[in-house]
Amino acid sequence: MLSGWFVALVATAYVGLLFAVARYGDARADAGRSIISGNVYALSLAVYCTSWTFYGSVGRATSGGLSFLTIYIGPTLMLLFAGVLIKMLRISKTYRITSIADFIASRYGKSQLLAGLVTVIAVIGIVPYIALQLKAVSASLAVLFGQVEAGVLPWWLDSTLLVAAALALFTVLFGTRHLDATERHEGMVAAIAFESVVKLVAFLAVGLFVTYGIFGGLADVFQRAAAAPELSRLLHLDATQAGSWASLILLSGLAIILLPRQFQIIVVENVDESHLRRAVWLFPLYLLLINVFVLPIALGGLLHFGAQSGYAADTFVLTLPMAHGAEALAVLVFIGGLSAATGMVIVETIALSTMVCNDLVMPWLLRSTWINAQKRSDLSGLLIGIRRVAIVIILLLGYIYFRAAGEAYALVGIGLISFAAVAQFAPVLFGGMYWKQGTRAGAVAGLVAGFIVWMYTLLLPSFAKSGWIGNGFVEHGLFGLEWLKAQSLFGLRGMDAISHCLWWSLLANLGAYVVVSLNTRPDALEAGQAERFVDIFRRAHRDTDSLLWRGQASLGELVGLLERFLGPARADQQLSAYAAQRGVGSWHKLKVDADLVHFAEAELAGAIGSASARVMVASVAQEEDLGLDEVLDILDEATQVRAYSKELEAKQQALEVATAELREANERLRELDRMKDDFISTVTHELRTPLTSIRALSEMLHEDPRAALADRKRFLGIIVSEAERLTRLINQILDMAKLESGRAEWTTAEVDLGEVAREAMDSLGQLYRDKHVALSGEIPDSGPVVLADRDRLVQVMINLLSNAVKFVAAETGVVKVTVETDGGMVRVAVADNGPGLTAEECSVIFEKFRQGGNTMTDKPQGTGLGLPISRQIVEYFGGALWVESQPGAGANFIFTVPLPAADE
Amino acid sequence: MSHKILIVDDEPNIVISLEFLMKKEGFQIAVAGDGEEALAKVASFAPDLLLLDVMMPKKSGFEVCEALRADPANSALKIVMLTAKGRETEVAKGLAIGADAYVTKPFSTKDLVVRVKELLGAA
Amino acid sequence: MKRGSPMRQRLAAVGLAGWPLLTFPLLGLPEGGIGGIPAIYLYLFGVWGGLIGLAAWIGEQKG
Repeated sequence: MLSGWFVALVATAYVGLLFAVARYGDARADAGRSIISGNVYALSLAVYCTSWTFYGSVGRATSGGLSFLTIYIGPTLMLLFAGVLIKMLRISKTYRITSIADFIASRYGKSQLLAGLVTVIAVIGIVPYIALQLKAVSASLAVLFGQVEAGVLPWWLDSTLLVAAALALFTVLFGTRHLDATERHEGMVAAIAFESVVKLVAFLAVGLFVTYGIFGGLADVFQRAAAAPELSRLLHLDATQAGSWASLILLSGLAIILLPRQFQIIVVENVDESHLRRAVWLFPLYLLLINVFVLPIALGGLLHFGAQSGYAADTFVLTLPMAHGAEALAVLVFIGGLSAATGMVIVETIALSTMVCNDLVMPWLLRSTWINAQKRSDLSGLLIGIRRVAIVIILLLGYIYFRAAGEAYALVGIGLISFAAVAQFAPVLFGGMYWKQGTRAGAVAGLVAGFIVWMYTLLLPSFAKSGWIGNGFVEHGLFGLEWLKAQSLFGLRGMDAISHCLWWSLLANLGAYVVVSLNTRPDALEAGQAERFVDIFRRAHRDTDSLLWRGQASLGELVGLLERFLGPARADQQLSAYAAQRGVGSWHKLKVDADLVHFAEAELAGAIGSASARVMVASVAQEEDLGLDEVLDILDEATQVRAYSKELEAKQQALEVATAELREANERLRELDRMKDDFISTVTHELRTPLTSIRALSEMLHEDPRAALADRKRFLGIIVSEAERLTRLINQILDMAKLESGRAEWTTAEVDLGEVAREAMDSLGQLYRDKHVALSGEIPDSGPVVLADRDRLVQVMINLLSNAVKFVAAETGVVKVTVETDGGMVRVAVADNGPGLTAEECSVIFEKFRQGGNTMTDKPQGTGLGLPISRQIVEYFGGALWVESQPGAGANFIFTVPLPAADE
Repeated sequence: MSHKILIVDDEPNIVISLEFLMKKEGFQIAVAGDGEEALAKVASFAPDLLLLDVMMPKKSGFEVCEALRADPANSALKIVMLTAKGRETEVAKGLAIGADAYVTKPFSTKDLVVRVKELLGAA
Repeated sequence: MKRGSPMRQRLAAVGLAGWPLLTFPLLGLPEGGIGGIPAIYLYLFGVWGGLIGLAAWIGEQKG
């Protein structure tokens, strides 16, 4: 048997370690080097796994098989809707939200009533849950010590009380370091993440021990369970559970956000939105791991102790190792369970104490005459004091509930009952984030309706089961009315109590919220807040804030307010930061405007909650009361201005596009203009060149009648040939101009291309024979026939053939003409064995006045228009003209003309 | 002491007419068909005056003119640019890079001879 | 102005797919066992693990 002192020592050492971790985390945060990473954030979320998970899951598995998993699948699915969480984070950061009560109250016009209501529901729902944690610690101690001492000690030596006291001390030290509740408790978060690791390690250790130590592995446990008739049902899912399975997933999915401690960790303690990206899978992975061995342990325990042995299944994780003498493991498991319980209690009490202080105590305090009498004194110390007292009281309440309830059902079943309580926040919270029409009256109605149904169908029946109150309303219905039976309202049966409650309470809640919201008008403040919350992403926040406040306040009074609630040092620090941000040297010179008032209110909200902050600011500022219509007008206007500016932006963009298009068109026109200029200049050049020879030679002949006859003949010959060149040039330029402007005359008829080729070859035959160039043809005897202008095609052929003969060498030159059909095209090729063309030349020669050949010796006597004209002609008939050539390998000019369609 | 003239043009018929014209006036003549040949002939033939066509293969008349003017040894060399392109920008360009005269084609043979003689100081 | 980021939308899609996969009537499908382990046990943890894997893949992508 373990020595009590040893266990006490280990537990104390462990709590000491937690203190060290928390101190370290705080020290690092103070030094500006936060240790909160995505991993730490994800692990701290595992505060969700309380002792109810650590011990209770096995217990649930012994009765319900795998259905305990719903509690962990729900959060997995919920977290995947990261967009909702990010919106919540953004709103909370922007408006310095301190708790879930503050969030809801702030959304519905900073309502103190709503904040108080949420707080009351949370406290009633959660205090028993805290008691459950204490009970778990107490029960685990009892098991460790062999159930000898439990219940024997007087209360002041009760180990559970000592644990509660230690927890209170820890929470007070690390949970209330700063007054500003929005300021993160990084040390506490680090400690929680550390505890999460411990409980996972402990649970996996005991899982492995039971599965592989006591039994022969997973398969062995399952097979032995399957053989036992009373256990085999735990291995199957029962389709009759379908309803409760789904509602438990929904319930736990809501709880992962709505439990005050979860809201605290996910939203308030969040350092960086991007940490969610890690949490979204790491936390579910944690949940998966901690659940893998739950069913094997449950089955192992039942197999080992016998299903009817009366051993509490909740403590199998302890009793199984102890029954096998693994005391060290048992201590580890105890520490793991302690981690689970303490983690939950610490975060939950911090969250609840903030809510109680800001939303229950402050409103009352601010109205009391005592506080007003102390108008100028520093209240920051008092505020921290209130929070600390609240922590102690909440823990004390938990302890009292634990002592009072003992083994009663009201304690055992409280986990899900708490979940169902906080699920009542869902409609007002999510509705508030996405639905502008939701009003304060609607929110109050919804919450009250849901809460009453929850009390009647879940909490009170659990009291009745514990025997604290009569169970007549459960058995026979209130006032004996059958349809009012607490757990089958209106005769709704076939569901477990939790699903039944969830169904009715959410129906009542949502129904009241929506119906009342639709039938009430929000006041100005509510309408403004609704706009801010719902449009948080769309609004550069604060842009309309200054529009929505009109009034007068004095700097002195505002500063006085801040000093009172934040303490002079912190007030000075925050005001200086604000002044620096506004570019003002000292905050004493700040102008009192809407922005400053909002800044002051936000600072106060961080300390005392938005509802109380509103009241305090209103007390020192003479505010003009904006009517609802005016507020809506301003908001509409802001929306309209946004719409206008968006429209303007769109128009400007269109304008830019149009300008760019115009510029481009202009550029094209300039280019065309330049090309035209170039063309004219080139044409001029081409025309002047033959004219130059003609004029020079004619003048010389004219002036020198005695010139030698040989010279005269030679000159006249040149004059004639240059005149011919000029004529040809002019004809081709006119031809080109006609083709390009589309004014050419075409006669389209059936043309036999083979014949065209032969005719062209005949007409140039003499030229070829003169130069001794071989000309051969590979042409069908008749056809192919195309629809085209015969003369034009002859012109093309002659152009190609005369080009070819110009470029091949005399004597060795070979030119070959091929006519063939290829697909739907007739293909005519004129191949020579001349010098060939470079790739660049292959495209250049089709430009006007660009001729092949470079040197004077092979300067062709062409016009430079033959090929461009030929290409125009061929393209007119839907064909193409191109050249395939390599330098030194001859050139192959090819053109195609489409065959007429078959049916023509 | 007859002056030497180098005729640079890629049009054979124009070369024929210029050569005949200038020989008749008693000048010594050499002929080049493109810009590169022109530079070589300037070195070997050492002409007093250049009749230089602008649009030529290999090196344009402008390039030849620039190359010659870059060498101080050729400072006495007179250059007459001949061009079939009559745009003012081209005239301006030719004079700017150091041509002594700019004659557009087709030219009057009489006027050309007068200009050449003026430039050579051999009226 | 923030548009719904692709990452958030992908995650939400995984969440939406998870609901039918992890509730009835699909849960009624796995029967019997594989290697001595009940099929429903393998199915639940398998699908659950798969969803987590998907979320990790999406959540850890750059950008």
